[in-house]
Amino acid sequence: MTRRLPRSLVAFTALCFLLLHLPVLVLAVFSLNRSRFSVQWTGFTLEWYRRLLERQDILAALRVSLTVGAVSTLVSTVLGTMIALALARHRFRGRTLLEGLLYLPIVTPEIVVGISLLLLFATLHMALGISTIVVAHVAFSVSFVTVVVRARLEGMDRTLEEAALTLGADEVATFRRVTLPLLWPGILAGALLAFTMSIDDFVITFFVSGPGSTTLPVLIYSMARRTIEPTINAVSTVLVVVTTVLIFFFDRLTRGRGPREGTL
Amino acid sequence: MTGTGPQSSDLVVQLSRASKRFGTVTAVDAVSLDIRRGEFFSLLGPSGCGKTTTLRLVAGLEEPDDGDVRLLGKVVNRRRPYERPVAMVFQNYALFPHLDVRRNVAFGLEQRRVPADRIRERVRRALGLVRLDPDTYARRMPSQLSGGQRQRVALARALVIEPAILLLDEPLGAIDLKLRKEMQLELKALNRQLGITFVYVTHDQEEALTMSDRIAVMNQGRVAQVGTPAEIYENPRTAFVADFIGECNFFDGTVAERDGAMATVARDDGLRFRIPAVNGVAPGRAVRIAVRPEWHDVWRPDEVPPAENAIPGVVRDVVYLGETVHVLVRLPEGADARVALRNEGQLTKPVPWRAGDQVAVGWLPEDCQVLEEE
Amino acid sequence: MSGTRRLLAGLNRRPRLAAAALLGPGTLWLLLFFFVPIAVVFAYSFMTRGVYGGVTGGFTLEHYRRFLDPLYLGVLRRTVALAVSCTVLCLVVGYPVAYTIARAGRWKHLLLFLIVVPLWTSFLVRTYALIFLLRDTGFVNAVLLALGVVREPLVLLYTPGAVLAGLVYGYLPLMVLPIYVSLEKLDPTLLEAAEVLGARPLARFWRITLPLSAPGVVAGAMLVFIPALGAFLTPDLLGGAKQMMVGTLVQNQFGGARNWPFGSAVSFILMAVVLVAVLAYLRLRDRAPMEAVA
Repeated sequence: MTRRLPRSLVAFTALCFLLLHLPVLVLAVFSLNRSRFSVQWTGFTLEWYRRLLERQDILAALRVSLTVGAVSTLVSTVLGTMIALALARHRFRGRTLLEGLLYLPIVTPEIVVGISLLLLFATLHMALGISTIVVAHVAFSVSFVTVVVRARLEGMDRTLEEAALTLGADEVATFRRVTLPLLWPGILAGALLAFTMSIDDFVITFFVSGPGSTTLPVLIYSMARRTIEPTINAVSTVLVVVTTVLIFFFDRLTRGRGPREGTL
Repeated sequence: MTGTGPQSSDLVVQLSRASKRFGTVTAVDAVSLDIRRGEFFSLLGPSGCGKTTTLRLVAGLEEPDDGDVRLLGKVVNRRRPYERPVAMVFQNYALFPHLDVRRNVAFGLEQRRVPADRIRERVRRALGLVRLDPDTYARRMPSQLSGGQRQRVALARALVIEPAILLLDEPLGAIDLKLRKEMQLELKALNRQLGITFVYVTHDQEEALTMSDRIAVMNQGRVAQVGTPAEIYENPRTAFVADFIGECNFFDGTVAERDGAMATVARDDGLRFRIPAVNGVAPGRAVRIAVRPEWHDVWRPDEVPPAENAIPGVVRDVVYLGETVHVLVRLPEGADARVALRNEGQLTKPVPWRAGDQVAVGWLPEDCQVLEEE
Repeated sequence: MSGTRRLLAGLNRRPRLAAAALLGPGTLWLLLFFFVPIAVVFAYSFMTRGVYGGVTGGFTLEHYRRFLDPLYLGVLRRTVALAVSCTVLCLVVGYPVAYTIARAGRWKHLLLFLIVVPLWTSFLVRTYALIFLLRDTGFVNAVLLALGVVREPLVLLYTPGAVLAGLVYGYLPLMVLPIYVSLEKLDPTLLEAAEVLGARPLARFWRITLPLSAPGVVAGAMLVFIPALGAFLTPDLLGGAKQMMVGTLVQNQFGGARNWPFGSAVSFILMAVVLVAVLAYLRLRDRAPMEAVA
């Protein structure tokens, strides 16, 4: 496709990209603004970022977000990988049904997921806390991990495992020496995705978190309701930067693999 | 094969009425095969005939639904591939993309916990066997190799573990012609040199004829015929085998009479020809014979020697093929007969036939193969 | 053969058992923490509201009946209208963007990255960024005032326009990606063949590119429409009390209004609408498979 694109189309697209990113960019820029209240630029400062380190509520929320993120990522990656292995490698009845069911968490509105879990925990008289958040995050991440790992699995050459079997490696050794190393980028990508979704989630977390288990997004929400202060900008910018870095690595891991990695 | 047949201790692979089904499809249908120590044995047939599945039954990548698979005398039906004395070379090479050449080749040795210095030595030797310089190639990744090089690495990886049986699944399929012919000879040489039994799957009949000690021709899950290349080519037992290997003309008829060692066959159009009276040839029986193009001659209708069978026809085309010249003759029933004449130099001693000539296609009675029913 | 080896070899022979072992934990988790809760919601929607919030038992259809009040039907209508408008706008804006990315050559990867990042960035942060931009003392108004374009700050927040803008801003990447994927798969030789047959650029687009990218368009529409139906953050933060959508209605029942059964009923109605949309999409997708034959 070497023909030039119409200039108007390129301009339109550029405008769209600009508008898509402008709000967050403005937010980030003003997190460096010395002025506390107005949107006049009064000077460059890192004051608001320094304040983050002093705010106990922000640090606590960070701790909660990271804990929830780590635990839920671990669990959902393991579960999602197992499901992906089953779907990609085995034929069984009810398979299409299962695939359909796996897509439901992706399609269901977050608010419904959130309140449904709230009701479940209320019925079971479970206190809302870190564990309930972890449970919720795993529930919605598993499907995404499955999709990512499965894509990698299906691009993988099955004869590689057969070759390993004929060379004397039993099922465990084959998995350890052949399947896992080749699958690893996909698993890592799935884990990155799960972690990103976990630290960024608001709606579901809002319903299943308790007083002592505020995550960063939930904290930002309550801060934003009270006042507008640059500290919010700072903490939001941190979250965005972290997410961007994670997605960058996710992109690297899922890019360019496939036919070239096979043996032909 | 009884009596003067091989001792059972010489048989490294024995399939006894082995079957494999996938759902409603029977891929391998009660196949029985005996493969001898050190021989180069080919499984030959068209796509879907079951040859690859048969190979996988030997490898242990599939388990038989019925029948037995014996390796080195022991029944191995339920044994996993890593418990069998086999190694396999795959059609797509199946080199581990995350390991370099050295570690690919060393894979099986590492599994067997061979000490590191012995591994180094054996890997070098194996790469030398397949004519890849270890110093140049050992550190390369599979993605940096050409198709032919990958195939050699796959071969080295299988040979280095010194298996009793080497299984090869159409290993030369993706390699271009000239390199393929070279590698055919190399594989044959390795078979002789190492004394390992090779079981080779291919759909290329020329390849099978070139390399094999014996060939099993398969069709629709069954073995049509087992024999040496000469036996398969010169004495095909069924129409399928005759047609699959090389080229063939077929003639049908009913046995009219039999006198001693010969019999006379009558065609529907009244023409008669003589055939050797092999088993089962009795008056009244329908019979089909196969005649290879090179067993035919082309005569002017009035110059046919008395000893030869002949069928009249009209030359449709004369095709120049370098080594041979093929004459295509349209026969009365509408079919073509293909006659292969040796090319003695079209510029000095040309073939005298042109399209449109009235000719007779002839052959000696003993130069035909009486076919069995499938 | 060691115990684990034997176990695994046996599992290898019984694929269904192996599949069950692999699927078990994950499916169980999903069942317990996704499907069962939905069933709980369904159950709650029939219960009577307790005096101090929560529920007492009993079976009643009053909550579903209550939804038929024009007030709530109006909310549903507005929600569907907003979701449809959002989808249409996303399509109109997103298609050209996807088209440009597909033809971008070297820049393709960077552009894709720039589309994907907003997708995964916290929706809350992005919505808050919009507030920061659009509020009376926000960035947009500051610029407009400074440039003298207006004399008073424009009321941008808490309008239907703000909600629509927020929805489009939020879901645009979800429209762009599937369209990009289907445009990417388009075989350029098809267009070359059309050109040789005399079709000019507009005709080529209309008769080949557009129809063949239809699966991507439909997928994108679904990916935008469904979350838009259930949108909660956007109308809540950008729309205020006047721009209520079904999502905020549900949230109110679990927040201030403390009417869990009614909230459950509304959730279920929302899910029903989503399900209808998904089924319509699946039927549409299966009826017209527009795969280009390469």
